[in-house]
Amino acid sequence: MLNRLNKYLGGKKMGYILNEEQNSLVDMVEKFMTNEVKPHVAEFDITGEFPKELYKKAFELGLHCIDIPEEFGGGGVDYLTAAAIYEEIGKVDAGFATGLCATSLALKPVLIAGTPEQKKLFSDIIIPGAFGAFCLTEPDAGSDAGSIRTTAVRDGDEYIINGGKCFITNGGVSDVYVVFASTDKSKGLKGLTAFIVERSRAGITVGKEENKMGIRLSNTSEVIFEDVRIPVTNLLGKEGDGFKIAMKTLDLSRPFVGVIAVGIAQRAIDESIKYSKERITFGKPIAKFQAIQFMLADMDIETEAARQMVVHAIQLILANKPYSREAAIAKCLAGDVAVKVALDAIQILGGYGYSRDYPVEKLLRDAKIFQIFEGTNQIQRVIIAGQLLK
Amino acid sequence: MNILVCVKQVPDTTEIKIDPITNTLIRAGVPSIVNPFDAYALDLAVRIKETNGGLITVLSMGPEQAKAALKECLSVGADKAILVSDRAFGGSDTLATSYILSTTIKAIENKTEKFDLILCGKQAIDGDTGQVGPEIAEHLGYAQVTYAEDITVDGKIVRVTRENDDRHEIIETQIPAVITVIKTAYEPRYATIRSKMAANRVQIPTMTSGDLDIDLERAGLKGSPTKVKKTFTPQLKKSGIIIKGETGSESALKLISLLSDARLI
Amino acid sequence: MNILEDYKNLWVYIEVVDGKAKSVGLELLNPGRRLATINNEKLIAVVIGNDVYDIAKIAIAYGADEVILVEGLEYKEYSTDGYANVLEKLVAKYKPSTLLIGATNNGRDVAPRLSCRIKTGLTADCTGIDIDEESGNVAWTRPAFGGNLMATILCPNTRPQIGTVRPGVFKKIEPDFTREAKISREKIHTPKEEIRTKLIECIKETSGELVNLEEAKIIVSGGRGLGKAENFSLIREFAEVLGASVGSSRAAVDAGWISHINQVGQTGKTVQPKIYIACGISGAVQHLAGMNSSDIIIAINKDEDAPIFNVANYGIVGNLFEVLPVLIEEFKKIKNDK
Repeated sequence: MLNRLNKYLGGKKMGYILNEEQNSLVDMVEKFMTNEVKPHVAEFDITGEFPKELYKKAFELGLHCIDIPEEFGGGGVDYLTAAAIYEEIGKVDAGFATGLCATSLALKPVLIAGTPEQKKLFSDIIIPGAFGAFCLTEPDAGSDAGSIRTTAVRDGDEYIINGGKCFITNGGVSDVYVVFASTDKSKGLKGLTAFIVERSRAGITVGKEENKMGIRLSNTSEVIFEDVRIPVTNLLGKEGDGFKIAMKTLDLSRPFVGVIAVGIAQRAIDESIKYSKERITFGKPIAKFQAIQFMLADMDIETEAARQMVVHAIQLILANKPYSREAAIAKCLAGDVAVKVALDAIQILGGYGYSRDYPVEKLLRDAKIFQIFEGTNQIQRVIIAGQLLK
Repeated sequence: MNILVCVKQVPDTTEIKIDPITNTLIRAGVPSIVNPFDAYALDLAVRIKETNGGLITVLSMGPEQAKAALKECLSVGADKAILVSDRAFGGSDTLATSYILSTTIKAIENKTEKFDLILCGKQAIDGDTGQVGPEIAEHLGYAQVTYAEDITVDGKIVRVTRENDDRHEIIETQIPAVITVIKTAYEPRYATIRSKMAANRVQIPTMTSGDLDIDLERAGLKGSPTKVKKTFTPQLKKSGIIIKGETGSESALKLISLLSDARLI
Repeated sequence: MNILEDYKNLWVYIEVVDGKAKSVGLELLNPGRRLATINNEKLIAVVIGNDVYDIAKIAIAYGADEVILVEGLEYKEYSTDGYANVLEKLVAKYKPSTLLIGATNNGRDVAPRLSCRIKTGLTADCTGIDIDEESGNVAWTRPAFGGNLMATILCPNTRPQIGTVRPGVFKKIEPDFTREAKISREKIHTPKEEIRTKLIECIKETSGELVNLEEAKIIVSGGRGLGKAENFSLIREFAEVLGASVGSSRAAVDAGWISHINQVGQTGKTVQPKIYIACGISGAVQHLAGMNSSDIIIAINKDEDAPIFNVANYGIVGNLFEVLPVLIEEFKKIKNDK
């Protein structure tokens, strides 16, 4: 079915104006996800077991560093193609996409603010096939980054880090972290500093793993730092640069987080189309009824709009233009759309939609987090209003 | 080890549909793929290279768009790719095609080294003849083994696990040899993002008849002893009797009574 | 300069394995007879091997007017070089107009080697052979595009016209073992150095089940619906009761439940049994390409939309684990009653 749609569009993935070679990259990932990952998703979602072997295969393809520049060992894929790839991964499982995307995310602050040696250090750990984690959030500091309590105290040519991070994607499976700690509490946000912390350092404990509603193929854990000593050379940028680095990284990753949500929404539409063609009620497939057709059309309108916001934000990034507002709109809209469209899909599948034996209830459970993490949709609105009221 | 793998870009025949009105194949919009048996052949070549070292060249005869298939091959382990293409080759049957490919192979060998092994898929899923591989072997005067499931190379000895109808054979042959490959026990590997990006950037050279020591009378329609008189779509079987809505044992008994009525039992 | 009219008579290559004639060669004597009669030609069987005189006599029983026999120790096992050499020399000497070869693995190995050597046309995997009225040439009909298209091919300008034909397409005629005909021995020696392949080992399926799918009259096939490897025992039991061969879809082979040698389909074997019973097989196009020419197709699948039902003569939408045991029981009873 989707093949027919793709053929109508000349074989190009919806919404992304990609050339033949870019499309072939996306097709390759789609094939990998469908053949190697899709058959196992339901099982891992139910048990909550971490799909280590599946991630290993994804590492072999280079799916954890798609858009990292080639000079550091990454795929060097352009942002637009990378977005199309993340959407394909998200269609199969948003949690899997999140685990991969978060690793790329962890590398970004290093690429933004690191020295050549630091870029090499971090890349050498991640690229061969390892997870990274971006450690900002704490129990008392989610949206309010200024309330971060983790400290980093200078001691000779080392820093000592103490504190606890929570809700960290890949927290329990990473080989390296980017940790945001306060080097000067009195300065609030301006006292935050970013550090590279290798998992091998003494004093790091992985705490509780979250038993999540959705995106269960990704690992979300507490990470506790007790007198963890790191060399001064692991400091990213300067003391006090932390918040700026964090914001820049989150801004840059927002469209990609959004596109994973677009993938959830698209999957919900695909499942709904498939079901409505097969389900016979009152003598005909429900796809023949306008009530269903209008629902599907609305789902498509919302999803395509979210997708185009992602594409637009990326195009601004590529054109070196300001993009904070657009990235925030993309992430916010995509998250809201994913939740709504998943709900609609459940409605279309009716009783079967409510059953764990069918794939759509999982889509809602996966979608919800996209209104919460990577900056809550309320924070996105704060950002947008901030741009409007400048 | 210098290995050449012949590959063909083919329409994905599982996607082909018949136009119900004209009774002809609808080829528009059918994706093009690397012939699956050629992909298995390339994968075996990569395995041999991993054990014995060497270089793999992929060669295809086809239109310019076949370069996409060659790039696929580069992204999963081939080192070099060459397309041979010329208007004069149009309409070639298997004899003409194998002749063109062998003259191309000879031309390539003149510039580089001789190939130790030439691998082909057992057949292309559009033509389905399985003839080009053995015919290349004949043109080049090389030993041939068909239906290979696995190949190991030990010095100058090539050992092939061959499927022969209802049995497996171990065949030993010598270098140089042409070997045609069926589905192997190995699943062809995926490309990686990096290898695909690198492959996409490669400029694949095109050889034309001018680059070959070729007698064009033996190419194209002129060089093809077989001619297609006509094509038609096969009659689809009429859908038969479907038993449903009964218990397992009732359905079974009903089937048996139907079969016995039709005197099939 | 050889002119077409110099070439006369229709030859059928009789492939020999394990000292016995493969069924397909004998089957081809049937259409061979028909075509030879139309063209007023002789039907000649070609037998190559070691100590295979008896096979020449069998070929006569199945309709050959004459047999050309080539024997030699070097031909005990098939080899491309040996057999191509023999056929090439025979063709050069006798100039047949037509040569039919069974499309077995070895048949499809030697035919293109030969046709290329003598620069003539070869049509592979034919499902139909006739004489083209207009031209008097042999009209070879064969499938292409995975079976989605049929083509009729002629070889108008070169001789001999060569075609390989799948086993099971034609039926052997009733043999007449009292029939007598000329058996000509040809002495053709292929020196050892010229035979560049060596058979080191031959491994037959140890499970003891009939695996010669391409010649099987009845095939029972299992697919993904079986769920696990152990459940193939149901298929095997059913096959045993029916005297059938066991086949499989690609999915079951990929899952490691059964050997690739049992696989029916585009990347497996092409079969044309009288009866093909597909159990738990959805009927993907690649599978259909391998079994669509079966005379009767019976399908058992729990999914009523499975594409296999579009080609099945008889189908049961149901649970194969409930249906098969009953079928097995009933067929056992029928067998015992006989």
